[in-house]
This record gives sequence, structure tokens and C-alpha cells, in this order.
Amino acid sequence: MLVTIRDVEYVAKLARLEFTEEQKQRFTEDLNGILNYVEMLNEVDTENVEISIGAYRVENALREDVVKDSFNRDSLLKNAPDSQDGFVKVPKVIE
Amino acid sequence: MEFEAIIGLEVHAELSTKTKIYCGCTTEFGGEQNTHCCPVCMGLPGALPVLNKEVVTYAMKAGLALNCEINKETYMARKNYFYPDCPKNYQITQDETPLCKNGYIEITTEEGTKKIGIQRIHIEEDAGKALHREDGTYVDFNRSGVPLIEIVSKPDMRTAQEAKMYLENLKAILQYTEVSDCKMEEGSLRCDANVSVRPKGSTEFGVKTEIKNMNSFKAVEKAIEYEIKRQIEAINRGEKIVQETRRWDEAKGETVVMRSKEEAHDYRYFPEPDMVYLVVDDEWINNVKSTLPELPDKKRARYISEYGLPEYDASILTSSKALAAFFEDTVKEGASPKDASNWIMGEVLRTLNDREMSIEDIKVQPKHLSKLIELINNGTITGTIAKKVFKDMFETGDDPEKIVNEKGMVQISDENAIRDIVNKVLDENPQSVEDFKNGKTKAMGFVVGQVMKASKGKANPQLVNKLVEEELQKR
Ligand SMILES: [Zn+2]
Repeated sequence: MLVTIRDVEYVAKLARLEFTEEQKQRFTEDLNGILNYVEMLNEVDTENVEISIGAYRVENALREDVVKDSFNRDSLLKNAPDSQDGFVKVPKVIE
Repeated sequence: MEFEAIIGLEVHAELSTKTKIYCGCTTEFGGEQNTHCCPVCMGLPGALPVLNKEVVTYAMKAGLALNCEINKETYMARKNYFYPDCPKNYQITQDETPLCKNGYIEITTEEGTKKIGIQRIHIEEDAGKALHREDGTYVDFNRSGVPLIEIVSKPDMRTAQEAKMYLENLKAILQYTEVSDCKMEEGSLRCDANVSVRPKGSTEFGVKTEIKNMNSFKAVEKAIEYEIKRQIEAINRGEKIVQETRRWDEAKGETVVMRSKEEAHDYRYFPEPDMVYLVVDDEWINNVKSTLPELPDKKRARYISEYGLPEYDASILTSSKALAAFFEDTVKEGASPKDASNWIMGEVLRTLNDREMSIEDIKVQPKHLSKLIELINNGTITGTIAKKVFKDMFETGDDPEKIVNEKGMVQISDENAIRDIVNKVLDENPQSVEDFKNGKTKAMGFVVGQVMKASKGKANPQLVNKLVEEELQKR
């Protein structure tokens, strides 16, 4: 067992997701299945292999520092669940 | 038991590029809420971030000025957390591969020069701004995606004062290189501190706390001082220090718990799949190196050797790029470095301090300060009058020559005119004449003062001295 129900609960909390006991049980099994499957990668000797961040090596997709027009505010705010006075509005949060 | 403190600082500086780090929106400060935004910096699904080349150049410039090595191959990482000012629910930053590492800043302590190590400098995006109102949290994303560098020091500082000096030098270097304008009041420079204490002589680190929400260098100094004292007192009471994040409460002058280790974030960093490797070659690095200006340390040394200024004056004059430029421009306009330094260290900084202004706001032009100094040196005005003229220049930004002419402040060097004033003062002060005759030379000083006052500070002081003595002898 690589993953326990505790791990599922922890990851769910980090992702702000709520699950029923039944779902937690199922995800624990699913995640263990997945992790057991990719476990076989550990059989490969990666001693001298550099970390790779993608399947194809691509370098330096860069942009010049030239200002472009920003988007129309109303059209942007249409993507937010709620807005007011030109702000995106969300339930009150105080850290 | 005697304790020593271990202090490390994390500084965020907004870069002065024209556009944001991953999109072409402007970085201009202010602007109506959510008008400097696009799908990339608003974190809309499907938007693709593309790294601003200038951000890399600026960050390397900071790194090279701070004596860092450049990591030639780096990649970006996702830092995952939920907060409304972070629209993607992750920040694109660098984790395992910071662009710059292993640098240092020198500070001058009582025991001499001390090197404060810089562990790393990485590039990342700023968050938006959340305003908490009665009925909800309102978010403005204009600042979201503004490029930042995070400069992480090594835990090399031992006192709050050292931390403040490190920050002052860091700010000066970032301003000299024009990497950041470092305006703390606009949030373009922010600082968090890691503080722990340990028995003096011990080599192990104590448990550290992280302090946030310090809005000025003064606040950083006060917060660290408070935290060191708090930790030592807790240990002396037999309590254990807990690893936690604390917030500096400026009004109360104390640090208060924000969150404990148990509530600490788990950021789950991983390589950012929307971006590719960043590779910098020697050519790029050398190009950046060639654009580095004369940095504060070098400038200070030059002021001492070339201009013969005292070390203290040289340190003050080079403490900000704008002040150094003001000094150098004044010298360029003809003033001697000593005169220019004396005036800037004296009248200029004193007046700015009194008004709580900085050199960037001054109306006086270097060429006018230089002219004012010339007016004193060629005898047109006295030193006393010069201070009055300077006050006028400070208010109006006018040419000192114009002020002197309009207000009739030209020095009186006419012997007869001064002799008349002297005799008038002596007639009015028979007691002083008596005192002088009885050998009280102090009386002469009083008479000189009265003559200067009667001439409204315009009489040539050397002539006044000479004539007062002559006339007193005659009586
Ligand atoms: Zn944008």
C-alpha cells in the first residue's frame, strides 16, 4: 500500500475537494493501482539521467518586452463568477 | 546565558520592465482596477504564458551586481496554493533551479566589512491585490504577473542593524542597476525575515520563526529586534520556540502568530508544463555584465580616493543613485567636490529630512547649487546669506543669481559703508566699548554679531572683523 486513506484526505483538503467515505475508499484503491503501475519506472537506472521537464527538449520560447493592449475589462470579468465595480468579487477571505 | 540571533532575509523586488513576466500587459503602477489584464495574467483556462526576455536580463543584472553565479540552464516551477489574488491557483516561479545563486553583499559594521551571503535569486510573478470589504473580497489583477525577483540571503546576519544595512545596500544596488525602483510604499520592494536565537558559541541553529508584514526598513529593524527579545525571554522562561509565521503589528510594536507549522502550506512544486527550458549563454551574460554601472562600493572608494572626501560623507552620498547623481552633476557644473559634498551633506539633506522628502523630489538643480557655491566663493554673498538663498531655491527652484539680485542680497564689501554701521553699533553699545578696554575680548564678538545683524547678514565678515577691531582701538 503506497497510499492510505489519510493521504487521500490530505490531498483532497489541499485541492479543496470534499469526498464521501465511499469515494475516499475508491480513490485510495485507484491511486494505489496507478502508483503500483508506475512503480515499474523505479526499475530503470536513472543514476546519470538529468531531470527532464518535457517529452521534447525545447529552449527559450521568449517574448520581447513590448507592451500590448490589455483586454477589455468587461469581457474579462464575464469569466468570473461574480464581479462588482470592476473588481472580481469572491466570498470574504481573511488570512 | 548569552544569546546570539541568526537572521536571514527574503526580499521581493518588482522589476522595472515595461511588460509583465508572461504576457504583454503593462506593468505601470496604478490604473483602474483590472484594466492592465488579459487571459494570461487573469489565469483563464487555455491561456499560454510566454517568458519576457527582459525579465531574464534584469534578473541576471541584479545577480551579477550581487556577485552571483548564473545558472545557465533553468526551468520554471508551479507553486500550488489557493488565495483569491492568485487566479491560476498556482504561481509560476523557480524552485530547484534559481537563475542566480551564491552571491553576497558587503556591509560595514563596527568590526569592519562583513559579507552577507546571497543563497539564490529567482524570477517569478507577482499576485493581484485583494481588498477585503464587508460583503466580500474584491480582487484587482493589475499587479498579477508583474515580474519579481526573490532574493534569499544566507542566515548570515546577527543583529537587526545588520539586517537593515543589508537591505539598504541591496536597495541601493537594485536602484543603481535600474533593475527595480524599490518603492516600498508601492509594494515594489517587500521583505520577510527568518529569525532564530541560540546560545552564543553554539553552532546549531535554533527553531526559527518567519516574520511578515513589515512595510519599511525601520519596521524590519524594529520587528527583528522585538522577535529576538521575545525568543530569548521565552527560552529563559523555559518555553520552547515553535516554528511559525508571525505578523509584525506596527501599531502595537509586536509580532503576532499568523500560522503554525501544522497549518503551513504544502506547495507541491513541480516543473511548469506550459513553459520550456531557459538557457542563457556566455554572450548574453557578458552583454548584461557590460551594462553594469559603477556600483555603490566602487563609487564610494572613488569619492574617497579621487575627491578626497571623508569615508562617512562618501557613504552617504553613494547611498542612493539619485543622490550620487546630484552630487556628481553639481561637481560637473564647476563646484569643487568638497564644497558640493559639504552643501549636500549639510543644507540639502537637512532640508530634505525636515520636509520628509527625498532627493528625487528636490526642485534645486545641480547647476544652481554649483552657482550658489560660486557666489559664495567669489565674494558676491556671505555664507549666512547663502543659506537664505538656498531656502528660496528649495521652495522655488530658482536660479540663485536671480534671487540674490531681486532681493538685494549682494555682500557689502564697501569699507566706508561697513565702518558707518560699526560706529553706529559702537555708539549704541558703550558698555561693550568699556568691556573691550578692560580687556574683555569677548565684547568684540558681540559687536561683530550686532554689525552682521544690522547689515542683515550681508556685510563681508572678514571686513567686519577688521573694522570692528580698528574702530574699538580708536575709542
Ligand atoms: Zn496580461
